[in-house]
Amino acid sequence: MQYLCLIYADEARLNAMPQHEVDALIDETNASNEELRASGHLLLAQALEQVDGAVTVRVRDGRLSATTGPFAETTEQLGGFLLVEARDLNEAIRIAGRIPSARIGSVEVRPVIDLARERSPR
Amino acid sequence: MSHGDAAGPRERIDRLYRAESRRVLATLIRLLGDFDLAEEALQDAFTAAVEQWPRDGVPANPRAWLISTGRFKAIDRLRRRARFDAMLGELAARLDQHSAPDPADVDDHDLEDDRLRLVFTCCHPALPPDAQVAMTLREVCGLTTEEIAGAFLTGAPTVAQRIVRAKAKIRAARIPYEVPPRQELAGRLDTVLRVVYLVFTQGYAPASGESVVRADLAEEAIRLGRLLVELLPEPEALGLLALMLLQDSRRAARTTTAGDLVLLADQDRSRWDRRRIAEGTALLERAVASGQVGPYALQAAIAAAHAAAPTAAATDWDRIVGLYDLLARADPSPVVELNRAVAVAMRDGPAAGLALIEAILERGQLDGYHLAHAARADLLRRLGRTADARAAYRRALELTRQEPERRFLERRLRELAAGG
Repeated sequence: MQYLCLIYADEARLNAMPQHEVDALIDETNASNEELRASGHLLLAQALEQVDGAVTVRVRDGRLSATTGPFAETTEQLGGFLLVEARDLNEAIRIAGRIPSARIGSVEVRPVIDLARERSPR
Repeated sequence: MSHGDAAGPRERIDRLYRAESRRVLATLIRLLGDFDLAEEALQDAFTAAVEQWPRDGVPANPRAWLISTGRFKAIDRLRRRARFDAMLGELAARLDQHSAPDPADVDDHDLEDDRLRLVFTCCHPALPPDAQVAMTLREVCGLTTEEIAGAFLTGAPTVAQRIVRAKAKIRAARIPYEVPPRQELAGRLDTVLRVVYLVFTQGYAPASGESVVRADLAEEAIRLGRLLVELLPEPEALGLLALMLLQDSRRAARTTTAGDLVLLADQDRSRWDRRRIAEGTALLERAVASGQVGPYALQAAIAAAHAAAPTAAATDWDRIVGLYDLLARADPSPVVELNRAVAVAMRDGPAAGLALIEAILERGQLDGYHLAHAARADLLRRLGRTADARAAYRRALELTRQEPERRFLERRLRELAAGG
């Protein structure tokens, strides 16, 4: 059985953290991921760009619309995920628009962050 | 190098900056893949021109010279910074190898494509609407953050932050520098047209503030509209430019010398700009000839119907109501319904219009919109229902945030008090 673990955190609080605490959190996260990978539990772990980097994609009447922000309706719940490789955001939006559920609900597209880039050089 | 130009190199550089800096920037963003780096490169290129052209003469193709100089300067900058960050060294090496433009290779077609890429990137739907407007005015039109802040009555730091965030998002989410492919164009062009029209309305009919019109913003929007029509003559791009020109043709007649509002019916039509009307009408005809008449073309057609009437009394209200019917179908909104109701009042009398406006207000949709109450007040006044009219004018007055509008409503209230 596989389980998806979703991480929620207050971005304002993260943004207020001094860099050395951010670095410590990144190091701890990497170490924890390594442990879980070694024990055979971890399949995939990724961090996401902050929520103002989100785009919400919907397809209605065959027409794709992309809007800024995480604008899922309050009546919509998380029902699945895909991690895709795309050349750029436009290709990612195009792929999101091909997901059948985009016709019923909405697909939030979030760029994956490169943690190595966020950590200050050692 | 040519030495034959009558103007000195310095004047030529100033002129070139005004005319070409946005084109050069658009291409540098493509070549360098980064807005900030491209802006620095643009400044470096013009600084180099100021130093070198008076000494060496103006190059045969100044635009291409500026682009290749800017690109070299950017690579130089990256190399210098690479002493602190190895990744920048790799980037510099990559930029150096790839797409090295020989000045002779930079053809005008590529440059025009770059300007369109810039417009579509600034108006990307992944950016918040206020950031789309700020980015377009800053990057495409070359306005300063202070000028943008002044036009939208916000602080310069707010505008600067919007732009910084937008650029960070373009980088982080990897928003590509491209004109969308044909099958996506319609949806993406909608966003671009909306941004341009928002800039125009902010200039032509600001929601708040001291003056009725901010001519510079309206001009900027018309310039953007022309650019789109030139590069991408889609029916709705034609329709939008037609609409802006036709509305703007009335600019001089819309205010008194004291800055007070003059209603359409009371305007001195001899002061309408006939050249703008002719140009707007011709563009509208092109849009209609395409067979795809969208909301902008329909609004332009309404503006053209007003422009064609020699006097207010000679207005073809039947045609205008018909156009509003089409608009309400193409782009349904309570504001369109309100405008249609006003046109119906002109065609069938104030009672017919009033019934429609009250139906809209009863649905609660425009209750906070000052123009709905002002329109209702006007119809009540014409029906002789003075007390009701006064109450409605007061409601409109509470809601308006624009100074000339306030003075207009106050004047109406005074007239009603005096008249009965």
